[in-house]
Amino acid sequence: MSDERRRVFKTYKLYVGGKFPRSESGRVYEVTDSKGKWLANAPQSSRKDARDAVVAARKAFGGWSGATAYNRGQVLYRVAEMLEGRREQFVREVADAEGLSKARAAALVDAAVDRWVWYAGWTDKIGQVVGGANPVAGPFFNLSTPEPTGVVTVLAPQDSSFLGLVSVVAPVIATGNTAVVIASADAPLPALSLGEVLATSDLPGGVVNILSGRTAELAAPLASHQDVNAIDLTGAAGDPALAKELEVAAADNLKRVLRPQAVDGADWSAEPGTRRLTAFLETKTVWHPTGALGASGSSY
Amino acid sequence: MASAFDYAPAPESRSVVDIAPSYGLFIDGEFTDAADGKVFKTVSPSTEEVLSEVARAGTEDVDRAVKAARRAFEKWSALPGSERAKYLFRIARIIQERSRELAVLETLDNGKPIKETRDADLPLVAAHFFYYAGWADKLDHAGYGQNPRPLGVAGQVIPWNFPLLMLAWKIAPALATGNTVVLKPAETTPLSALFFADICRQAGLPKGVVNILTGYGDAGAALVEHPDVDKVAFTGSTAVGKAIARQIAGTDKKATLELGGKGANIVFDDAPVDQAVEGIVTGIFFNQGQVCCAGSRLLVQESVHDEVLHSLKRRLSTLRLGDPLDKNTDIGAINSAEQLSRISALVETGEAEGAERWSAPCELPSAGYWFAPTLFTGVTQAHAVARDEIFGPVLSVLTFRTPDEAVAKANNSQYGLSAGIWTEKGSRILAVANKLRAGVIWANTFNKFDPTSPFGGYKESGFGREGGRHGLEAYLDV
Repeated sequence: MSDERRRVFKTYKLYVGGKFPRSESGRVYEVTDSKGKWLANAPQSSRKDARDAVVAARKAFGGWSGATAYNRGQVLYRVAEMLEGRREQFVREVADAEGLSKARAAALVDAAVDRWVWYAGWTDKIGQVVGGANPVAGPFFNLSTPEPTGVVTVLAPQDSSFLGLVSVVAPVIATGNTAVVIASADAPLPALSLGEVLATSDLPGGVVNILSGRTAELAAPLASHQDVNAIDLTGAAGDPALAKELEVAAADNLKRVLRPQAVDGADWSAEPGTRRLTAFLETKTVWHPTGALGASGSSY
Repeated sequence: MASAFDYAPAPESRSVVDIAPSYGLFIDGEFTDAADGKVFKTVSPSTEEVLSEVARAGTEDVDRAVKAARRAFEKWSALPGSERAKYLFRIARIIQERSRELAVLETLDNGKPIKETRDADLPLVAAHFFYYAGWADKLDHAGYGQNPRPLGVAGQVIPWNFPLLMLAWKIAPALATGNTVVLKPAETTPLSALFFADICRQAGLPKGVVNILTGYGDAGAALVEHPDVDKVAFTGSTAVGKAIARQIAGTDKKATLELGGKGANIVFDDAPVDQAVEGIVTGIFFNQGQVCCAGSRLLVQESVHDEVLHSLKRRLSTLRLGDPLDKNTDIGAINSAEQLSRISALVETGEAEGAERWSAPCELPSAGYWFAPTLFTGVTQAHAVARDEIFGPVLSVLTFRTPDEAVAKANNSQYGLSAGIWTEKGSRILAVANKLRAGVIWANTFNKFDPTSPFGGYKESGFGREGGRHGLEAYLDV
């Protein structure tokens, strides 16, 4: 028995500002599989960790929102490439986290990879789809362009630890927002591992920040945070009282709120549409006089 | 400044408008008294003359109006878009026909100059209905999928600064998409909405599709809160906007909020000074500055500060303040005594905090609510007059040296509704526009509006867009 190799366990850590810190609180909590078997100790993030993540996300916003849409698409595609290479790891983690067969977990991981590819292609198209020139009744050039809202808090779905997670994070950053993500409370390990993928995908540090812990404890300070611009309440779908409380807190600085969908256990494999892209976009409209070239002009 | 010629009075005739001594609520196609019989008076802010007495809606009336709108919804939303469109086209045409009457009415009830109601408000109102009329049978092509559905009953609460225009912004897209409406105009400007009810009657609009409830904030709150309202549209203060966002938390109600602003108007050293000065004046003194997207913070590059301020003061000295019905009037009355005292209080704070006040030398009429065009120099970003929305004819002047500093100062606000950029350099316009966190940016112009052009704010100026294809989304279940 002494010649059997012991596996090297992984210490799961947060992903904040491109780094992998433990919770500043020093707390961890036990993460188990669906049968109650111990999988790992995950950091139990504190309010302070949440605030640090906002600082990192704000710092990253200027660069990421200012990057070209083509560049953002390249980075998102790179995430898919990196994920493809780590497929086996994520299949194991998703199977453990959600109590699924290897085959079912593999299908979800494949769908998650494909979702990154799908959103990678959206970065340089959404502007044309939702923006455009407006034919105003006067001598003015008038153009509406979508712009990212800013720092978005994302409560990842509780029941879909990876495909659901990717489905809510990718659209937020595709358009140039930065994100503070609260992972599924009971199944945070795939999310924490995603941080490792993002860190090696040319994604600037701070664009995505991933926290594990108790959803309500982390969501409350983020919902009321004055430097957060929007909040996606998907992860509060099973707790209407919490969702309402967070929406009330979010009103304090008029965050854009994406309410949880009515149905829990949503089908994350369906094609998402553009709703999650447009939920965190502002429309900017710029006017400028066109002037006139004089009475003669040109009829050609 | 002494003028070479005096202006003779040139008042627009009041005889084109016939204001009844009293009005009821417009519910289910009928004018009716409030359930509890309450009424309030509406006065002309330029003379304090009582114009009429209107019913004051209470909770019971809100419920009646919402029920009427709900009953009307099924048929209205089932009508082919091409038929709904015809009603909206009729309304647009009737507004054009009655535009002089409505302009005079609006000027009487609001206090704004006839020049503005006649040349800005009314043409835009008609254009808005005409624009959205055309969408009613083309919704499949609007980018929201096939056969997008309306939400149901829209509860709409509008402000007093552009009473009829705000009504148009709310009602036109709501009806085009197949919703029915309960609208509450502001308590100081109820009349044009009641005249609009008469236009609905002339257009043959089915009963209950549009309901108008005149009243105060309590009626607005009851409307927002009503469980059978599916959509809330509000234009007004950020404080009330936040209260609404809290009220509807945890419900399925969809909301658009168009709230306050503290727009930065940035003048670079290469801007043509005369044009920039006209733009600054339009930016802050249009509608007595009672405009959410007003350019109330002038950011002027240090090197041209003195030149711009000199020209600006000279121009402000030529503005004519007085009878809003006079066709030569530039500056009309402040809408209410309450708003006047709010402006006065903030201006006093500005002086107390050490900013330097200058007001245009003009005589204020003895009756009514008036405030002379005013500007503050020596303003810092910490001053209340640089941070708080004054909603009056008061401009705060700040300076900057570099484009980066201008952008940083412009964005240093809880608001993000509008901004202006004055420079001859195209690349600078685009670079600065790109970095400003505001929903509407006017470059080398200011305060331009059009029904095709989406309007709305970033940050605490609210969310959602009104106008254009974007404005449809707020009223569709998408």
